[in-house]
Amino acid sequence: MKIKTFTIDGVELSGREDQTILEVAREHGIKIPTLCHLEGLTPIGSCRICIVEIDGKRFAPSCITKVEDGMKIVTNNSEITEYRKTILEMIFAERNHICSICIANGNCELQNLSIELGMDHFEIKNQYPRCEVDLSHEKYGIDHNRCVLCARCVRVCAKIEGAHTKDISGRGHNARIITDFARGWGEAETCTGCGKCVQVCPTGALFEKGKPVGARKKRDFLNYLKIMRGQ
Amino acid sequence: MLYEELLEKIDDQFLSKDKQSTISVCVAAGCLALGSDKVLEELKRIFPDRKVKGVGCLGLCSRGTLVRIEPEGFVIEHAKPDNIDEIVNFIQNPEKIGDENKKFYEKQQKIVLKNCGKIDPESIEEYILNEGYKAFLKCLNELSPDEIINEVIKSGLRGRGGGGYPTGLKWSTVAKMQSPIKYLVCNADEGDPGAFMDRAILESDPHRIIEGMLIAAYAIGANRGYVYVRAEYPLAIKRLKNAIKNAERFNLLGTNIAGTTFNFNLEVRLGAGAYVCGEETALIASIEGKKGTPRPRPPYPAESGIKNYPTLINNVETYANISTIINNGSGWFASIGTDKSKGTKVFALSGNIKNTGLVEVPMGIKLYDLIFEIGGGIPNDKEFKAVQTGGPSGGCIPSEYLNTPVDYESLVHLGSIMGSGGMIVMDEDTCMVDMAKFFIDFCKSESCGKCAPCRNGTVQLYEILDKITKGEGNERDLTTMVKIANTMKKTSLCGLGQSAPNPVLSAFKYFKDEFYEHVLHRYCPAGVCKFNGGNR
Repeated sequence: MKIKTFTIDGVELSGREDQTILEVAREHGIKIPTLCHLEGLTPIGSCRICIVEIDGKRFAPSCITKVEDGMKIVTNNSEITEYRKTILEMIFAERNHICSICIANGNCELQNLSIELGMDHFEIKNQYPRCEVDLSHEKYGIDHNRCVLCARCVRVCAKIEGAHTKDISGRGHNARIITDFARGWGEAETCTGCGKCVQVCPTGALFEKGKPVGARKKRDFLNYLKIMRGQ
Repeated sequence: MLYEELLEKIDDQFLSKDKQSTISVCVAAGCLALGSDKVLEELKRIFPDRKVKGVGCLGLCSRGTLVRIEPEGFVIEHAKPDNIDEIVNFIQNPEKIGDENKKFYEKQQKIVLKNCGKIDPESIEEYILNEGYKAFLKCLNELSPDEIINEVIKSGLRGRGGGGYPTGLKWSTVAKMQSPIKYLVCNADEGDPGAFMDRAILESDPHRIIEGMLIAAYAIGANRGYVYVRAEYPLAIKRLKNAIKNAERFNLLGTNIAGTTFNFNLEVRLGAGAYVCGEETALIASIEGKKGTPRPRPPYPAESGIKNYPTLINNVETYANISTIINNGSGWFASIGTDKSKGTKVFALSGNIKNTGLVEVPMGIKLYDLIFEIGGGIPNDKEFKAVQTGGPSGGCIPSEYLNTPVDYESLVHLGSIMGSGGMIVMDEDTCMVDMAKFFIDFCKSESCGKCAPCRNGTVQLYEILDKITKGEGNERDLTTMVKIANTMKKTSLCGLGQSAPNPVLSAFKYFKDEFYEHVLHRYCPAGVCKFNGGNR
């Protein structure tokens, strides 16, 4: 295993060649905001919130970019903040994220992210799409109005539970999380009812019926995933 | 098997008839739609003693159906089935055919399209008689894989799909990978609005692609290949499948090719119509049978492609250049074009231009020459306004820059890209805001939805441009538009999202006044946008 040396925000650091920028940054207490990333799950780099600037010329998501010798990484400057905020604004405008009536209010990673990035309002047009709420499963429900398409539930179901009940159907802004062949969750034969998807959901999109999100979503479960994967 | 031995395999009937004067009827998609198959049948009946054959694209699609008569070399235009008597009259008296479009043919230099419009695309024999598979057999018998790759590197050929990555470098990367299995892919998922180069090549000269792929496969050590064609090209698929079957018949594909130990199997895979599948990692996912969404690179396909094996992906036109490079030498190829962009490029001219069709020109030609000399200029005495290169991933270029040479770097410098070769010409009656809206609408429906900036950015940009074209926009919208466009460009996952804002940004850069006229005065200078309560 080779060791690479590079700088993050001007500090000289080193890391193993299989480590990502995000991993090394977190080891050293450097904060990079993330959304779709979850320790223990295969990173896909889809939300682009964790972008960093490399060598002053390109932007790359830190959760999937491996460290390399001589990299000059900047995790925060005005340009990066503007991009992160714009992406976040657009995620908020995409579905119907209204915190005051959400079961995840106060326990929501999307909400925390907006506080972290100082995004208290946005001017772009809210899409207000009509989205379904699927309550056909006996224990759990999914509210597409609150989904950010991070695909954490898809990954945990396929890679950890091994059921691959969930996936994404449709293209572009029509993309939706589905269960089995786009049947109601209650009819999905492959679902084991383990509830891992509910645990990893960053927002109030996946929830356990009759329980507030704060009571059900235990964040220390995330470390358990990491151990399960032997990492 | 040497090339001379291959020639001996050809049936005598092809040799004898080829020497007579030939009547070639274009049977590529454009002319076929106008009924050229009926013209072909009629002419065969009327001239039983002359060689009458169907050929691929003759180039000047707007004047279809085209019929070319040899040895005179004249092209009869508008040869529709209804005026068959007129066509017969022209064939009997070729001197009556005008040559007003001489410039269209004379200014071109044909490498990729050399056989287009000359040979019957359904006949492997005609391809072989025109030096077909000579380059491949030379490679197989005389050259080592390293020598071939060196030739391609020295030629300076760059990927014709749009990005312009050096082809030789890509080949040598895959060649160096240690792997028992390697794949070769031809990207024929041509989806840009206004682009039809790859389709025309596949419809007119499918064996050229197969030969290019064979050489590449031998050079990098691949034994399996796919041509990924979009299903909307039924004629191209039919001719390609036919060509593969014929190549197998001549032992040029399959196992123990030409009596050597080299094996190569080629398969056609059909795309289901997603534009993003032209992106290489999405294309690989689609070939594997998965949903066509891109994944982050690295690892690049050269390292880990189909089923995680090293995979070489090149565009149709890139493969089409290979056999000529081997036959004529890399030095000859490198002498054409500019310092950094070598060889020729095929362009599909469309939009407000007289000579709509397919042209091939040396790199570095001035945009003016391409549009006004070869393209014949703007019809109906209208003014030239802008030209969109690179389709929805490219940008528009206004008249001030018509002197720009067409090469990879110059176009990127102007905020556009070379792209695959679509060239949409716009006259004074085009509203640039409306044009930007059209392309972003295309990207909106073609975004795969995986990464947030592209999925949401295309929707937001469309909403803003839609507002402006309805006279409901304000200055703040323009600021937001640029902010979103820049975010998409810098942070999107794949090429689609990174380049989708190009039409918007370039239109705003060169036609700022027009955007401000819309938002400040509710006025559309081109008269395209209809506002509530009329213009102004």
